[in-house]
Amino acid sequence: MQISASPLIQKVFPPSLVNTGIRYLWMTLLTLLLFGFILLASGKDPIRSYQDMFTSTLGSWYGFSEVLVAMIPMLITALAVALPSRVGLINVGGEGQLYLGAAFATWGALTFQAQPAWILLTLMTLLGMLGGAVWAFLPAYLKAIGLVNETITTLLMNSIAPKIIGFLIFGYWHSAVDTVKTANFASAARLPTFFGTRVHLGLFFGLVLLLLFWFIMKYTRWGLEMRAIGGNPQAARRNGIPLKRYLIIVMCLGGALAGLAGMAQVSGFYGVLLLNFSIGLGFMGFLICWLAGGEPVGILLMSFVVAIITTGGNLLQLTRDLPYAVINILLALALFVVLARPSLVQRKKS
Amino acid sequence: MSLLSILGVLSSAIFSGTSLLYATLGEVVDERSGIVNLGLEGVLLVSASSGFAVTVLTGSASYGVLVAMLVGGLMNMILGYLVVFRRANQLASGLALMFFGFGLSALVGKPYVGAKIEGLSRIPLSGLSGLSRLYTSLFSFDVLIYLVVPTAILVWWLLFRTSWGLGLRAVGENTDTAFASGRDPRLIRIQALFLGGVLTGLGAAHLSIAYTMNWTEYMTAGRGFIAVALVIFSRWHPLRAIVGALLFSGAVAFQLLLQSSGVQISPFLLDMIPYVLTLLVLIAWGGNRKHSAPASLGRVYHGSE
Repeated sequence: MQISASPLIQKVFPPSLVNTGIRYLWMTLLTLLLFGFILLASGKDPIRSYQDMFTSTLGSWYGFSEVLVAMIPMLITALAVALPSRVGLINVGGEGQLYLGAAFATWGALTFQAQPAWILLTLMTLLGMLGGAVWAFLPAYLKAIGLVNETITTLLMNSIAPKIIGFLIFGYWHSAVDTVKTANFASAARLPTFFGTRVHLGLFFGLVLLLLFWFIMKYTRWGLEMRAIGGNPQAARRNGIPLKRYLIIVMCLGGALAGLAGMAQVSGFYGVLLLNFSIGLGFMGFLICWLAGGEPVGILLMSFVVAIITTGGNLLQLTRDLPYAVINILLALALFVVLARPSLVQRKKS
Repeated sequence: MSLLSILGVLSSAIFSGTSLLYATLGEVVDERSGIVNLGLEGVLLVSASSGFAVTVLTGSASYGVLVAMLVGGLMNMILGYLVVFRRANQLASGLALMFFGFGLSALVGKPYVGAKIEGLSRIPLSGLSGLSRLYTSLFSFDVLIYLVVPTAILVWWLLFRTSWGLGLRAVGENTDTAFASGRDPRLIRIQALFLGGVLTGLGAAHLSIAYTMNWTEYMTAGRGFIAVALVIFSRWHPLRAIVGALLFSGAVAFQLLLQSSGVQISPFLLDMIPYVLTLLVLIAWGGNRKHSAPASLGRVYHGSE
């Protein structure tokens, strides 16, 4: 199994900027048209639904800030997929790594809640990353010694992680009034928010990491060696690049990123650890990374677009009496359209 | 602990394992042709909700089952269009299908939340008529339960004893060789996906129409991913899939048994057993995996010249 990374973008989209613009516009229209039919079929007015979605996201500062909030975990989990993909590893385990990171961070928040905020938050950040890395280690090790494919193991471990959270919450951590979540975190365990909105420090983490990822891949020896491994692992090994060590470390770093996203969700967004708090955030990261071809700028754009879709869906639920899950249809249609790579003009067979 | 409670647990394990086995068989067929269907969870959900909706509307469980099967096949056709004809990445397409299923099933099922249905009629096992009614009621199963093992054997026969199955497995191993021997890899993969979808639809139908007899949003709760894991556990073999499903139902039964006997083990830990076992089996078999996974699994077929 292979993810075709950066060359894909070049293959799908001709280099000319105008063509690219037209293509994106056409794909957007096609998606909105398809979803419009579904809205019509369920007796809703598509035009007014789209108006609602637009005004609730890009129409106001508050709406815009909500889009940024939704974007944070997507940005970071997409990076958690992008980094391992550079050495040819397919990390489908973001979901599980995110849960473990959230669990480790929660342990920190509950145990050391008397500490001052800067110590506690630093500790939780490190714990979150450790949790994700721990969850990525086994797949990474099994892959590095050539025993089991990492796609299968990461996928399996996704299903185990939420059960560990359930075990911890039910058994030890639940609050006095509720068995499906912990008590609210102390304010010292909450990532600071900005401008009276729900935008939290996680956004800063995401953007800095994105920049760091771009810089390391482009300007450092590590980036060069990782590209070499991604291109031809055996050739890289014969040239003296420590292949196994790279595979294990890079995969664990990917896990650490997803774990950080989990920490950001519980500390920045919820302020509490909830059972099954992420239905599909890790998978969404995988899709965003794939759509962006693993490129930093693409990841930024794509997570922004997906965040608009999910945030807009929130409002659709309130004003149009649609189940929240319906927004997944719009998301999926957008993905289908990108995956199907429709063209207005017939392209030559590549 | 009484005999009755043990039998009760066994009975519920059979009920919960049936939908899983159908779904696993569906995924075996998909993957034998070389396509990983990560959207299984979504396919299950849409089939379960539409089958349930039709049962409510028509009052006939059989129509519900038929519609669930058809919808399963059609859902897989979306994946087929993307990965076979548009040569899209299989993992990404599967995940997109999963999200589609989350949404569509919620939309389709919403008017029917809380609706009541008759469900598939139950037929008591013969030979138990001497026992008291309490026991016979535990062992009256619906027709889908009786058919699940024969279906597994049928799938095995189709895959390993027919020319069509040989072609399907050939495509799964090496598309170019299959093409060279006069088979159309695209057509075969589409057929495999449709059959896989129909089998998945049967599992979904059993879940919503025969077992729980209701619809709630996200009612599959990860069954699709369990099925994907069981396919690997059973090394892509329909008969070993029976063992896999038994193992899973066994773990569920074991967990219920422990709870009823008052042993305090968190159900969450017991829920992990099937996954952990699958992981261990994978590690134990890691060395000779060449002989199990279809060689072209997950690869995009670009057409043969």
